[in-house]
Amino acid sequence: MKNTDILIIGGGVIGCALARELSRYEAKIAVVDQAWDVAEGASKANSGIVHAGYDAVPGTLKAKYNVAGANVFPTLCEELGVPYRRCGALVVGFSEEDRATLQELLDRGVANGVPDLRIIEREELLSLEPNLNPQACCALLVPTSGVVSPYELTFALADDAALNGVSFHFGEEVSAIEHDAEGGFVVHTSKGEWRCRILVNCAGSSSARLHNQLSSHPLHITHRRGQYYLLDRPKEAPFERTIFQCPSKMGKGVLVSPTVHGNVLLGPSAEDIDDPLNTETTQSGLDSVMEKVRLTWPKVSLRTNITNFSGVRAHEEGGDFILGAVEGCPRAYEAVGIESPGLSSAPAIGKALAEQIAGEQHLPAKAELAPYQKPAIPFREMTPEEQEKALVENPLYGNIICRCEVITEAEIVAATHCPVPATHIDAVKRRTRAGMGRCQGGFCSPRVAAIISRETGIPLQDITKNGGNSYLLTGTLTKEAEGREQA
Amino acid sequence: MNRQHVDILIIGAGPAGLAAAIAAREDGIESLLVLERESNPGGILRQCIHNGFGLHRFKEELTGPEYAQRDIDRAKELNIDIECDTTVLAVSPDRVVTCISREKGLRFIEAGAIILAMGCRERPRGALCTPGTRCAGIYSAGTAQRFVNLEGYLPGKRVVILGSGDIGLIMARRMTLQGAKVLACVEIMPFSSGLNRNIVQCLNDYDIPLYLSHTVTDIQGKERLESVTVSQVDAQRRPIPGTEMVFECDTLLLSVGLIPENELSEGAGVQISPATSGAVVTDTFETSVPGVFACGNVLHVHDLVDHVSNESFRAGHAAARFVRASQEDKAFLRVEDGEGVRGTVPQMIQLHPQEAVTLMFRPSGVFRNASAVISCGGKELLRRKAMIFTPGEMAAYTLKPEAFDGLDGSEPVVVRIEKGAE
Repeated sequence: MKNTDILIIGGGVIGCALARELSRYEAKIAVVDQAWDVAEGASKANSGIVHAGYDAVPGTLKAKYNVAGANVFPTLCEELGVPYRRCGALVVGFSEEDRATLQELLDRGVANGVPDLRIIEREELLSLEPNLNPQACCALLVPTSGVVSPYELTFALADDAALNGVSFHFGEEVSAIEHDAEGGFVVHTSKGEWRCRILVNCAGSSSARLHNQLSSHPLHITHRRGQYYLLDRPKEAPFERTIFQCPSKMGKGVLVSPTVHGNVLLGPSAEDIDDPLNTETTQSGLDSVMEKVRLTWPKVSLRTNITNFSGVRAHEEGGDFILGAVEGCPRAYEAVGIESPGLSSAPAIGKALAEQIAGEQHLPAKAELAPYQKPAIPFREMTPEEQEKALVENPLYGNIICRCEVITEAEIVAATHCPVPATHIDAVKRRTRAGMGRCQGGFCSPRVAAIISRETGIPLQDITKNGGNSYLLTGTLTKEAEGREQA
Repeated sequence: MNRQHVDILIIGAGPAGLAAAIAAREDGIESLLVLERESNPGGILRQCIHNGFGLHRFKEELTGPEYAQRDIDRAKELNIDIECDTTVLAVSPDRVVTCISREKGLRFIEAGAIILAMGCRERPRGALCTPGTRCAGIYSAGTAQRFVNLEGYLPGKRVVILGSGDIGLIMARRMTLQGAKVLACVEIMPFSSGLNRNIVQCLNDYDIPLYLSHTVTDIQGKERLESVTVSQVDAQRRPIPGTEMVFECDTLLLSVGLIPENELSEGAGVQISPATSGAVVTDTFETSVPGVFACGNVLHVHDLVDHVSNESFRAGHAAARFVRASQEDKAFLRVEDGEGVRGTVPQMIQLHPQEAVTLMFRPSGVFRNASAVISCGGKELLRRKAMIFTPGEMAAYTLKPEAFDGLDGSEPVVVRIEKGAE
């Protein structure tokens, strides 16, 4: 039985934003997640858009937190050293019916307080985005829309939280929650039991299941999968801005967007599925994305596709975020149904929820906080002078491990020693971009595995792709790995 | 910043880079540097421990490491400088190479000529847009080959191979010999893209079925790969519903094509052919950027290393010729101020000027009834008398191109004023 004051279930962007905000108060805080790293659910597999806030219906929590969250992104990302770029967005209309939708979005945006929105006509639209389908007739121009690396944001939030005392526990799935005699909780997980005074449910796709164990007002989450194509960094970006089509009841539709790292993202599809962990891609899902992408970008080519992925968003039937104290269950709090614009809202949700918890549970503020260590600038983005300086300080910068993305040994070593350390290939990949390029780790994954092994002491043949049983190797040439008999 | 100059810089010490370096050195190029990002020269041959290399070039069957060693040995005999663990970060259009290593840090190397010999890489799963989960156990065939042959680890036990390229076929046999069960080799085309001898020696000899006109249409496995679905395809390479076969396996090896690795070339402004994904080159393997040559698999993907070597020898010779020619172009006669002369312009004259050359200078004092004399070694190129030379009047004399015939640049051209009899 492990004890903590506050147990946060779920290490996604919401759980980590909350953990960071709560770490400013005097309390023992633990985060548990069923996966083997933070950001492993919807937080790692989404469009990475910081929405301006024109889409949500005025008066909803989605509208409130989206606008509040989007406003802090520039300073938050600067403070945490997270890649973020305000590239702007266009919601493109192809008919007069679409024009009416755009007008509605404009009105909502104005009501929500989104600045500088305007509807532009075909000529201006095509001059802004010459690769756009010339059949487009008008668009909503959204200058304050941005792109961010959603997992790098989550890592930074988690690292800062960990520096301030929050502990992270992976591979730990919550099965049941009970009340204990002192008014707290006993939480049963796949690894044992936790006793906590305060419980926060940030469990994404599992959040309704946990809510229903705590509350007599049941919630229901629909698991909506979105599939994507990720194209290699083009020499010239086909689109400067994020290009949306008009939204439907299934979501914001298929977008074509530059990523913050200069790749091109196409997607997502929208299919309701039963198993929230089923992040496979399907031919029909991928085909549905391409069909819609062609409307935006008729000349699209998949020649430079480097990978496909999918994420599952947690759509609650009420359509809005459910935030705050769990009704009828003192000391339990929740963030349920956090789908788009959940990423954009995360900083504001984390702050509001932490303030509510601290206030209601009388948590004193800490006198002093550990200073956050911004991650070093990636080597590839340094000037030659900065590169020379970095090399003098750490010769491991001289060893390029990932050729496609120009990632050095120094950066990979640093990832294995950060506050929430990377201990498998994908964790290093998402922290450093080693293996994110056009060869998708073909060259560097054996080298990355060797560095992780050396730095963490984990034997090479126990290194995994993504934690758990996702082992890379089945044995040596002379001896098979123990316990890995063919099923 | 750390700057140096070499006559020929070669990027890559695989079979292409080694052959190009040997050819250039045999042509007398002294200032020659090969940069290699791995810790050893030899390139991908190092992990190709099977035999069949060198039949054309050496008339014998060698393993990959043996083939590479012959070139490495020759390069050693020729004292060719190969710097390993050094990655090139950029090549500029004016032939400055930025490279980095742990030992020497960041360097900028100006080169008279550059030979691009970076080889190629394997296409990943994303290039095929194969649907399914993103579990562990999916490797390009070359990555698996590295694990087995260089690091001594087995990447899996029950294997399906997608694509019948040579590396995939070779790995089918290699995995079998290490005790893995290779269930199938699946090829989307109605024919194999590998060598026939590899079909026979790597598949047929081990009873591994080859499914032509088939492809992998689904990949399943939560953490590690659990199964793949293989479907037959029609003439348009679309899967035919109802033909699905499920193979339970823990490993999928991809051998679905190679792409020349031309990021550095593109950064230098080299024009790339959409057909080969390699540079557009002349008959001397010179790319669209003057003095930048390309050879081997970075230029176009070859079947046999023997052909890579032969092409690269030619590229090495061509680069040597380019450097020589440009050295001759760049050979100059130095112009020096002799007695009574200051500030002659120009200071350098091409060894073989195409047009008349005018030399201008100021006398350093007042000289009466004197002569301006321009000479080189023992040869007088020009002599003109004048009533008076004064510092206030710039003197100018023009020499025809023929005046420079027979000069080799070993002696300077000297301009002086010879005093006349008082």
